[in-house]
Amino acid sequence: MISLSKVFKSFGPIDVLQGVDLSIERGKSMVIIGGSGTGKSVCLKCVLGLIKPDQGLITVDGQDVQTAEREAFLARFGMLFQGGALFDSLPVWQNVAFRLMRGSLKRPKEEARDIAIEKLRRVGLKPEVADKFPAELSGGMQKRVGLARAIAADPEIIFFDEPTTGLDPIMSGVINDLIREIVVEMGATAMTITHDMTSVRAIADDIAMLHNGVIQWTGPVADMDQSGDPYLDQFIHGRAEGPIEAVR
Amino acid sequence: MNFIGMLAHLGRTVMALLAAIGRITLFALNTVKHLFSPPFYGKELFAALVQIGWLSLPVVGLTAFFTGGALALQIYAGGARFNAESVVPSIVAIGMARELGPVLGGLMVAARVSSSIAAEIGTMKVTEQIDALVTLSTNPMKYLTLPRVLAATLAVPILVAVGDAIGIMGGYIVGTERLGFNAAAYLKNTVDFLTLADITSGMVKGAVFGFIVALMGCYFGMNSGRGAQGVGRATKSAVVTSSVMILAANYILTEAFFSA
Repeated sequence: MISLSKVFKSFGPIDVLQGVDLSIERGKSMVIIGGSGTGKSVCLKCVLGLIKPDQGLITVDGQDVQTAEREAFLARFGMLFQGGALFDSLPVWQNVAFRLMRGSLKRPKEEARDIAIEKLRRVGLKPEVADKFPAELSGGMQKRVGLARAIAADPEIIFFDEPTTGLDPIMSGVINDLIREIVVEMGATAMTITHDMTSVRAIADDIAMLHNGVIQWTGPVADMDQSGDPYLDQFIHGRAEGPIEAVR
Repeated sequence: MNFIGMLAHLGRTVMALLAAIGRITLFALNTVKHLFSPPFYGKELFAALVQIGWLSLPVVGLTAFFTGGALALQIYAGGARFNAESVVPSIVAIGMARELGPVLGGLMVAARVSSSIAAEIGTMKVTEQIDALVTLSTNPMKYLTLPRVLAATLAVPILVAVGDAIGIMGGYIVGTERLGFNAAAYLKNTVDFLTLADITSGMVKGAVFGFIVALMGCYFGMNSGRGAQGVGRATKSAVVTSSVMILAANYILTEAFFSA
């Protein structure tokens, strides 16, 4: 289980997280929604230890993320970055098998390549893509390669940062379906950040809305439309009028 | 601005400078620390050696060649005032090996390598590739910084030695073809006056300059701001800072090696 308790984070004078409390049950898919600049990515990076919170406690299965042994801790995670974050200098298969070619999960090169090709196939890419470089791929293909990399080492926990941003609706649907299938198939715990309400409905078991640095509402996705929370209602219906100021 | 305001501004500037020196020193110590603990990334080190050493050879070689030639002309013209034209071979050799070879080689590598390292790592930072490395259980200091710094520290002295030879050859060609020196006498003068200490001091300077160049590229890349402007600023800072540090380090090393 992932637990955030009273997490605060500021950047200079800007208070981004102001006491975030959130729990994600093992095997559940949690989607965090909220306006741009509300600290969703900061929240996710705090869990991974990429950003150190100013105050508060973040634990994964009861272990404090700040004191956990880094390599073993990070070996449990896979992450799909917003822009893919593929390494330009490496061919696709080496991007996917990056973790399998170094460190404690290192395997022989041929085995790592075979696993990479299998993961590429899992996200709907042909083996011919394996030897291309990221710059030769379209945005949607890069996202899929990023997804293949995220699942390459069969992680227990997968994070998705804006998985459909910049993609057309059809490709967004493909990525959403893939994420849902992979999470169910692997039994992984998932944490996704998105603005895309189609993604929310396709991916989420539970949702949490981050606003003004705190979790404004959290609950099962089935309850989202009847939450009665004016902030959540305004957000999911995309209304300009409401308690959330349109000009921020 | 009143006097107190000026003092406050001066104080802020000095504090910011000291803080930057502290951050760079910690970054350097952190880099060196990784030399002594696995994992080591041999493929990345080899790629950096090719990128920094082999691919810098044309620019360093051309710079040294033309500098050696120009130096021969200048020394000949200056020496003629004292009937001392015969010092051309020895001064070209000593000047190239002790000073111009390492300094110009270092500056050319700073322009070519420091900028490309800062731009590459800065772009990796703004596109979240550095964060991706961390999530893939790979320490960016070990994977990106150490191979580049180690490669530059090893490759630049060799570049300097090759540059010295090419620079001396430039002086030789100008001396024999343009200034009328006897080829055998020119070579004998060069060999007789050049000592091993001249060559090794230049190579030690090269190692220090290589370390500075790669360290500054990595430091400014890793601390790059957001967007194209942030990467551009990091690149500019890496080149300017490494160039100034090379000239400062050159003075300190020259004092250490050659002061009476």
